[in-house]
Amino acid sequence: MRVNTKSLLAAGAVAVVATLGLASCAGGNSEGDNGAAGEGGTLTVWVDAERVDALKGAAEAYTEETGVEVKLVGKDNATIKDDFIQQVPTGKGPDITMGAHDWLGELSTNGVVAPLELGDSAGDYLDVAINASTYEGTVYMLPYAVENIAVLRNADLVPEAATSFDDMIAKGKAAGLDQPFVVEQGAEGNPYHLYPFQTAYGAPVFGTNDEGYDPTDLQLGNEGGVEFAKWLGSQGKTGTGVFNTDIDGDIAKQSFLDGKAAFWLTGPWNVGAAVDGGVNVAIDPVPSPTGDVASPFAGVKGFFISSESKNKVAANDFLVNYIGTEDVQLDLFKAGNILPALSAAAESASSDPIIEGFAAVGADAVPMPAIPAMGSVWQYWGIAEAAIINGEDPTATWNKLATDVQAAIDAG
Amino acid sequence: MSITTDEDVTAESVPPPTKRQRRAASIADAASGGLRTILIKMVLIGIVDAIALYAIFILALQQDWIVLGVVAVVTAIVNWIYFSRRKLPAKYLTPGVIFLVLFQVFVVVYTGYIAFTNYGTGHNGSKEQAVSSLMAASLERVPDSPTYGVTVVDQLGTLGLLVTDPDGEVSVGTNEQPLQEVQGAELENGKAVAVDGWTSLSFQDVIARTDEITELAVPFSDDPNDGAIRTPDGSNGYLYTSTLEYDEAAGTMTDLTSGTVYTDQGTGAFVAEDGEELRPGWQITVGFDNFVRAVTDSRLAGPLIYVTLWTFAFALISVASTFFLGLFLALVFNDMRMRGRRFYRIAMILPYAIPSFLSALVWAGMMNESFGFINQVLLGGASVPWLTDPTVAKISVLIVNLWLGFPYMFLVCTGALQSIPEDVNEAATVDGASPWQTFRLIKLPLLLVSVAPLLIASFAFNFNNFNVIYMLTNGGPRDTDAPIPVGFTDILISMVYKVAFTGQNRDYGLAAAYSVIIFIVVATISIIAFRRTKSLEEIN
Repeated sequence: MRVNTKSLLAAGAVAVVATLGLASCAGGNSEGDNGAAGEGGTLTVWVDAERVDALKGAAEAYTEETGVEVKLVGKDNATIKDDFIQQVPTGKGPDITMGAHDWLGELSTNGVVAPLELGDSAGDYLDVAINASTYEGTVYMLPYAVENIAVLRNADLVPEAATSFDDMIAKGKAAGLDQPFVVEQGAEGNPYHLYPFQTAYGAPVFGTNDEGYDPTDLQLGNEGGVEFAKWLGSQGKTGTGVFNTDIDGDIAKQSFLDGKAAFWLTGPWNVGAAVDGGVNVAIDPVPSPTGDVASPFAGVKGFFISSESKNKVAANDFLVNYIGTEDVQLDLFKAGNILPALSAAAESASSDPIIEGFAAVGADAVPMPAIPAMGSVWQYWGIAEAAIINGEDPTATWNKLATDVQAAIDAG
Repeated sequence: MSITTDEDVTAESVPPPTKRQRRAASIADAASGGLRTILIKMVLIGIVDAIALYAIFILALQQDWIVLGVVAVVTAIVNWIYFSRRKLPAKYLTPGVIFLVLFQVFVVVYTGYIAFTNYGTGHNGSKEQAVSSLMAASLERVPDSPTYGVTVVDQLGTLGLLVTDPDGEVSVGTNEQPLQEVQGAELENGKAVAVDGWTSLSFQDVIARTDEITELAVPFSDDPNDGAIRTPDGSNGYLYTSTLEYDEAAGTMTDLTSGTVYTDQGTGAFVAEDGEELRPGWQITVGFDNFVRAVTDSRLAGPLIYVTLWTFAFALISVASTFFLGLFLALVFNDMRMRGRRFYRIAMILPYAIPSFLSALVWAGMMNESFGFINQVLLGGASVPWLTDPTVAKISVLIVNLWLGFPYMFLVCTGALQSIPEDVNEAATVDGASPWQTFRLIKLPLLLVSVAPLLIASFAFNFNNFNVIYMLTNGGPRDTDAPIPVGFTDILISMVYKVAFTGQNRDYGLAAAYSVIIFIVVATISIIAFRRTKSLEEIN
């Protein structure tokens, strides 16, 4: 029996250790809580794991100057938002989290994010960054980067930028390509990547008022929207075949890298792969199918302060007076290679022709709506576009989309 | 023989140990490792206790008394059980019971609890949190108001703000006392940093008193409509007005710009008379609302019916197809005449060795209509809509699930077949039974006795086989007529996932209610099926 008792003991110990380990984990996150008792307090900051190093310098400099310890916690980008929403109400979340502006509606509806006063420094940021950080008239986010899609051109295949959508296809065909232009779609469509063409037809999703996007003013189904739908249908399966829902992100990337496509509508996150693949990349604005400008969505990344933070003063000071400086914004730029949100830093970063290219397109970009009503749009939008690309009647499908979205907004 | 005699005999043959014998036994005991056992026991329990103590210390700091109590009680019980000389069954059971409670009972009970709340987007925390969040969000900086240089000052424990306006005028005020001009302040870079009668706070002090400073709002003048100066960072102040007012006694929120009164009507949010809700709200218990909504919501009712039918079809066909393919292969590879059986068996197990969500993704790539391996290479450029046509997509899902599932059935059936004694087979052959008869009348019934419970388990698993659906088709192709984002290959669990977790509105309460309903369905079917399988056992 003794031998058995021993192994049982081991198993019992493991079980109890697990129980207690879990209990102490639950406790481990909230060191910010009692930080006020220490010398200068502690700020816990959740950061996208890839950017921890970029922030280290700023964190140390801040600690040196103020005595406030800044604890950087690297988190998986995919789970930060949900973890934040769930942990803040329990008082266990961080003081500050890194995030994206389109979370704002959700964060604010859940009451987990505190307003942020940028004061006079608000004028130092790019307009699109400030607009995106503002929700219902209040700023909640300190922006650090602006991200938008643009057309990547294989300059060896097509040396000159295209002047219009048709010109782009013609130039590609002249270079002997079957599928000169690729854009990520997939079975459920991808409205984010098709949005520039839609705006060229004058059909934004929502109208705007002085507080930002107006959820009561759905513009999706206006005349321009129907025109866009007809054009989309003519470029789909039963038309020219430029758009194809079988092309997903990987397939689009592969055909651009293999030189089968000369134009690729995508974001800065794919530039590295293209450059590494030996492609001579140039960044162009999105060629418009009409004469009007094709504006893509801008995604703005930034930092939020938890509404339950016990260190709001230090958190505000750290964000506004430290992360908002040119040096830190440039450090973050080097880690992610996307355009800084601070105008001065953006200017220095634009010495790189690729960043300059994206910045030029970004000047026309519009912030992606962060209002919760947008959730009702995404559900139907891509499906409708995919159906039109696959040959459904454009007018009927687009009108049904507008009706469905309106109904979902009214129901929600 | 009578009982008495029996006892007599025992007493005679095994007399009670004498004192000497007992001592000898205990010495032998110690020599054979008793001491070492005790030492190991001490060390292990010591580790457990040390960790428990650490946890209790941290939990006490956090004032998390309930968890602390649980940890303390569990540790005490564990100590008592393992130091006791008896309690042998408990020594076996304790680790398992702790795991069971932690990973099963707690999860199930918590899911059940969530099903009765309105937990979800906008109903995430407590009422106090909602109120403070609403109040914070309702603060608006007065348009075109300047930035004021401020210094946080203290007078006998009362905090105040020393405010320098852009013209260089210096004033001081507290929460109760509106700003009043002061003379003779000490200036630094054009900003007042100290004044007689007040102690200026250093940045460290400011941080230490964050809570008070967050609450600090110095009225700009006697008129409350002029707003108040607040400082978010301790060095700059801004003039704010509030658009909401909270009346704690009446429990109402009043919008000061429109005059709308929002009251708490027990729905977990402040609601205006016209039904408009203020977000965020808070979490409350809503009784059976979620269950009622799950079955009566008009948007869900239509899709719910065909999704349920497809879920049953998917689970039944998956179990049947994998079982029969697995059984067929097991029979073939169990035949002595088959050469290289070992190699084939290993090859058969391969699909089982690859994580199912990974292979589902690979299959999704191979089934791409224009670029997939199957259409391009195997079918020579045919464009079969494997994943985009409603009917073909259902068949694709079943094929992939067959590929993923048959190795398990193959393993199980091989094991069961090998446990059937060979003489049964021989006897049947001698009696002149054909191989088919032998299989149908003897082997299959014997096989089912051991395999039937596994088939039921497999049904329950496939009923909730989220991985395959999510990774392969994500429920698609979408049903564009349905008012919710549901597709033709969605099973119940993936539909619940989409309804509750996609988009920006999460509804954990509704999702938990669905989970409970699905659990009841699966449990009912399993119980009935297990009862039925009892009749199989009578074959033996």
